[in-house]
Amino acid sequence: MDPLVLARWQFAILTIIHFFFVPLTLGISIFLAILETAYVRTGKTVYRDAVKFWGKVFLINFALGVVSGIVQEFQFGLNWSEYARFMGDIFGAPLAVEALLAFYLESTFIGVWIFGWDKVSPKIHATVLWLTAIGSNLSAIWILIANSFMQHPTGYKMGEHGVLMTNFGQVATNPNVLYQFPHVFFAGMSTAAFVVIGLSAYLYLKKRGDKAMLDTSVRWATIYGLIGVILVITVGHFQGQFLVQEQPSKMAAAEALWHSEQPAHFSFFAIPDEQAQTNHLDIRIPAFLSYLSYGDFTSKVEGIDEVQAKMEAEHGPGDYIPPVGITYWAFRLMVYAGGLMLLLLLYLWYLNSKGISMAEKPGFAKIMVWSILLPYLAVTTGWIMAEVGRQPWVVYGLLRTKEGVSPASVVSGGEVLFSLLGLGVVYIVLTYYGVKLVVKHLHEAPAHDAAAAD
Amino acid sequence: MDLNTLWFILITVLFSGFFFLEGFDYGVGMLMPFLGKRDEERRAIINTIGPFWDGNEVWMITAGGALFASFPQWYATLFSGFYLALVLLLLALIFRGVGFEFRSQVKDKGWRSTWDWLIWLGSLLPALLWGVAIANIVRGVPIDEHMNYVGGFFNLLNPYALVGGITFVVLFAMHGATYLAIKLTNGLEKQAARVANRLWVATLVVAVLFLLYSYPEVLSKAQYLGISLVFLAIAVVALLVDGYFLKQGEMLKAFWAGAVTIIGVTAGFFAALYPNVMPSSLDPKYSLTIYNASASPYTLKVMTIVALVLVPIVLVYQGWTYYTFRQRISVKDELTY
Repeated sequence: MDPLVLARWQFAILTIIHFFFVPLTLGISIFLAILETAYVRTGKTVYRDAVKFWGKVFLINFALGVVSGIVQEFQFGLNWSEYARFMGDIFGAPLAVEALLAFYLESTFIGVWIFGWDKVSPKIHATVLWLTAIGSNLSAIWILIANSFMQHPTGYKMGEHGVLMTNFGQVATNPNVLYQFPHVFFAGMSTAAFVVIGLSAYLYLKKRGDKAMLDTSVRWATIYGLIGVILVITVGHFQGQFLVQEQPSKMAAAEALWHSEQPAHFSFFAIPDEQAQTNHLDIRIPAFLSYLSYGDFTSKVEGIDEVQAKMEAEHGPGDYIPPVGITYWAFRLMVYAGGLMLLLLLYLWYLNSKGISMAEKPGFAKIMVWSILLPYLAVTTGWIMAEVGRQPWVVYGLLRTKEGVSPASVVSGGEVLFSLLGLGVVYIVLTYYGVKLVVKHLHEAPAHDAAAAD
Repeated sequence: MDLNTLWFILITVLFSGFFFLEGFDYGVGMLMPFLGKRDEERRAIINTIGPFWDGNEVWMITAGGALFASFPQWYATLFSGFYLALVLLLLALIFRGVGFEFRSQVKDKGWRSTWDWLIWLGSLLPALLWGVAIANIVRGVPIDEHMNYVGGFFNLLNPYALVGGITFVVLFAMHGATYLAIKLTNGLEKQAARVANRLWVATLVVAVLFLLYSYPEVLSKAQYLGISLVFLAIAVVALLVDGYFLKQGEMLKAFWAGAVTIIGVTAGFFAALYPNVMPSSLDPKYSLTIYNASASPYTLKVMTIVALVLVPIVLVYQGWTYYTFRQRISVKDELTY
């Protein structure tokens, strides 16, 4: 068995599952900190009830995020030792800063938050949740700084055995991360909002839970989610324009634009054919890709053929085009999921403003339960686009993925398979139980008629 | 002192902090199913480390991240080379961390006892594996001219490394029992103290065996034997003092003596390693050293500033959490985990 193929599957599967937990932690930690601050400020118990109720969901998710995160820290050594050697001078630094600045903060203060309800004052209790939320989001910044170097190397020079850092400031303020972090941050807000709203909808349908608490949660989550979704789309748009300039191979593949065009059409729905280098069943919007890329309807957009020719001129013969079908559809699913999320939240906002609860709209409530999957679809496809779209490079323009894998003499295919199956199965089983515990928590909320009988 | 040496010391500090803090909380996990007969007792035991275990675990994550930042070749050789051991370690830590959170969420005997034993295994295995790993690192392993480990998994399970692993397990279990004697009540603290006393005898036996075995395997080859022996002597004295306080029932003092033992052993073995970081048993010229395994001077300088600013801050707020949750845990408390 080819260790490279297995190592790639392993990294993809484990990282995607890890990132099921990350955006919810990023978004819901801040959401709960806001609600707990509202409780401290107003003294209204409905906010505290909401924090305690959703806090349980947060903690189940947080535990899974932490343990799958430990694996991430060591992955680069396990299967990608040549990558670690090549990138060591750059990549380890943000990882170490992440641990020192962010992991200690979130892990220490989450302990105080979980156990401190009657040990510290309400003010301090809200503060430690803010510190946890800040810690989680700081960790996102630093790991994305590390990832941004892989997307767009800055602040380095080439050494004998790999890259050497020349400017830590440039590594930390990589233009790529200035788009990537806000994109992930607002995706986290959106994810948290959809989880809170979707689970509330489930409770409305089951006629369970404290209604005042659910109404408050949904109202706040709608605003929170709208801010998140509108900004994730806005940032994403500018991020796309940045990538057109800096990673043309990714964007050409994401648009399945086989040939350069001026002005370039936007493909709404297509079935890319990588053998024939063409699209079947292409539904197009003329000149719209030029508009998305450059803000006008006349600019030229580089197609796959031109990108390939330029890469060959720079790096020698080879295939420099990422898998087009996957990248194209990952991009589309992300964007379409985001668009749908915006429409759903706008409608919910309209209902809220009319004073109509989801409890009175069971059809829409059902849609919102299933819509919990939308942010997960969007973040997963977003990362697939980012990482598959960077291929064949692991560090864009500097190191190919196949050059980064641990040597087969050190790590055999069998060993990678063992870790892939071992960790993969454990992740899936634990995720299953995590979801089950959340559902159990929902079912433990008191039924409406039982509460009415009191 | 050059930056490479300073970073070797910082890595030693991070591993010492990791073994000190995670040492007793692994110990707590190892003892939990035995000391806790009834469910409330087991919960009380888990809750003694409830607010702390996650923050403690970050010491390991930080040691790993700092290793990557300061000595990337060490990171790459170690974690690709000790592959299966690391995968087992990660699996153990996954079950342990999830176990704490999930265990008490379902009122089912089978569910809880399954997680209890997974927490037990998830605490025992990391202690054993880190002991085996450290012993192998200091003893030297087959590393080729490309800095790659070429020994395979079973090569790591040599008698010396296994004695090292057992030493870690017994030492951490003793320290965990000492911690529980400080943190529990309802009579459980007395049981924990008895266990700590018994484990102290076991620790003394294996630790002496490990130290004697270390002479031909490691210490005789050490380039800075003096410094190493100073730390190891401190560790031995601290262990004897630990035993004295355990007998007297002065558990807090015993706990700090145990902490000095763990830190002394860690520092002693790292000192024996210096200036190598992973000696090769094939040929000394293939060894990874603080120079050929390190990051560039620029990266080391940046990371030095980062570490010297952040580590003290971390120590202050982690210390504050131990102060906040200084009370004993009773089985009659409303338990969170």
